[in-house]
Amino acid sequence: MGKRVAIVGTGQTHHRSVRRDVNGQELIHEAAVRALQDAALTIRDVDGVVIGNMDHFEGINYVDCWSIDGSGGYLKPTIKLTTGGTTGATLAIAGYHMVASGMFEKLLVIGWEKNSESDTTGAISTCADPIIERQIVAGAISGLALEAQAYMHRYGATPKDAARVSVRDRRHACNNPYAQLRGEITIEDVLNSPKLADPLRLLDMCPRSDGACAVIFASEDVAEKICPAPAWVLATANRHMYSDYTDVVEMSSLLSMVEASRELWKKLNIREPLKEVDVIELYQPYSWAGLIWIEDMGLCKKGEGPRLLWDGVTDMGGELPINPSGGVVATNPIGATGLIRCAEVALQIQGKAGAKQVPDVKLGVATGFGGNWWTDMLALGKKKPL
Amino acid sequence: MAKEEKELLTIHSSISAEQPFQWSAGKYRSRFLAEIRDHKRFFGVRCPRCKKVFVPPKRICGPCFAEMDEPVEVGPRGEIMTFTILRFTFVDPELGTVKPVPYAFGSIKLDGADTVLTHYIEYADETKVRIGARVETVFEGKRTGSMRDIKHFRLLE
Repeated sequence: MGKRVAIVGTGQTHHRSVRRDVNGQELIHEAAVRALQDAALTIRDVDGVVIGNMDHFEGINYVDCWSIDGSGGYLKPTIKLTTGGTTGATLAIAGYHMVASGMFEKLLVIGWEKNSESDTTGAISTCADPIIERQIVAGAISGLALEAQAYMHRYGATPKDAARVSVRDRRHACNNPYAQLRGEITIEDVLNSPKLADPLRLLDMCPRSDGACAVIFASEDVAEKICPAPAWVLATANRHMYSDYTDVVEMSSLLSMVEASRELWKKLNIREPLKEVDVIELYQPYSWAGLIWIEDMGLCKKGEGPRLLWDGVTDMGGELPINPSGGVVATNPIGATGLIRCAEVALQIQGKAGAKQVPDVKLGVATGFGGNWWTDMLALGKKKPL
Repeated sequence: MAKEEKELLTIHSSISAEQPFQWSAGKYRSRFLAEIRDHKRFFGVRCPRCKKVFVPPKRICGPCFAEMDEPVEVGPRGEIMTFTILRFTFVDPELGTVKPVPYAFGSIKLDGADTVLTHYIEYADETKVRIGARVETVFEGKRTGSMRDIKHFRLLE
């Protein structure tokens, strides 16, 4: 096995729908500086930089080079990673792998997006296969609508059940000074918001944001010297599968989540995730995922997600709070979104989450979602792994 | 503050200069599109290992990581596996125009296929568009060898 690895610093921007006051490099710089400050390190202490976004949102295809001033990668080993919506989570997994390899001791990992710089739906549609699907599909919203429709048909859940998920996350977001949408909403607000693609309404969906997040991974040789209470990486799992929609026949559950979470629980020796995990930051781009994917993760049986939501099990103060940060329906700078999940779980482990702190977090899970139904997962813990 | 905001510029990309791409469809998808264009029929391919019939066809079954070479004719009727009705407007990246809404699209499993086609569904009464509904293919009159040669799927019954 490789070195044990911990997160020793995190930083993020105050996410907004548009940040005209900064260009991409400056946005990246804000997050990088905050992460370094959090770890009381300087850029000179860092061995390398891993950066990522979804290129087609800004139309800049050599972000690793272009972002150097902002990322601090000048004359350091710097690489770009991009895996669609999972980019941020993949960045975290890659950062972990690189430090675990023993070849990097302190690594700065940055995810960012300036979604205001293009038409998000049009740009996402360019991910679709140009021969058979691009002419038909309509970005992320329509694809997610297909999943919600299939789930609703098979398990009898209702738009009201899904609305409960948005209500939870928007309430949680009020505790997060970095969140874009900070304002409570009601079930009625969701059900009366404009219908985008049946059964999805505006308030079921994530916004699009300008924002960046940076996380510093350090090896066991230095982690505890940098940070008295680092968040240790305990395990990761990821599954990338479908290339296009034509393969996705069964849409009422997310196979990549089923498979990745099974591997994650096995690595952690967890039998009952609902009881054993203390907090989850779920990459949940729309409300229905807060029902479907927590079932696929094994928190409950298929079709039982709505009951968990209505019983308050996933609220702050519940048995397993999900998205104390307000999650993706409150903030979504896409290339940063998965890394924000990881940073938020690290803050929970470190006890530095402020008003959004869940008491006594020992084990937390962050997820990433994207591409055509892909899942990335990371488990972070308070206790140094054996 | 208002003055400062006003002085924050954004630079727009040119919409007059095209950056055209041309994508190779490969043998199987070329034949798939040609069969639709010339004969209004669907050509799929069966995996020798898992026996699944892929439509549109492709040479490699990802899960089996195996070459596929057994052609199978499927459709033109099928079933709606899932669908949505689009009600928001957005710029079509292929055409650079706004698609007219509302329109329905969904996953259609053609008879004999094990995968789905993503395409438009025509409806007069939107309550009739439902999972499990039977549909048939409506082809365009003038066909050019693209997925748009399929006009849409029409509800049967």
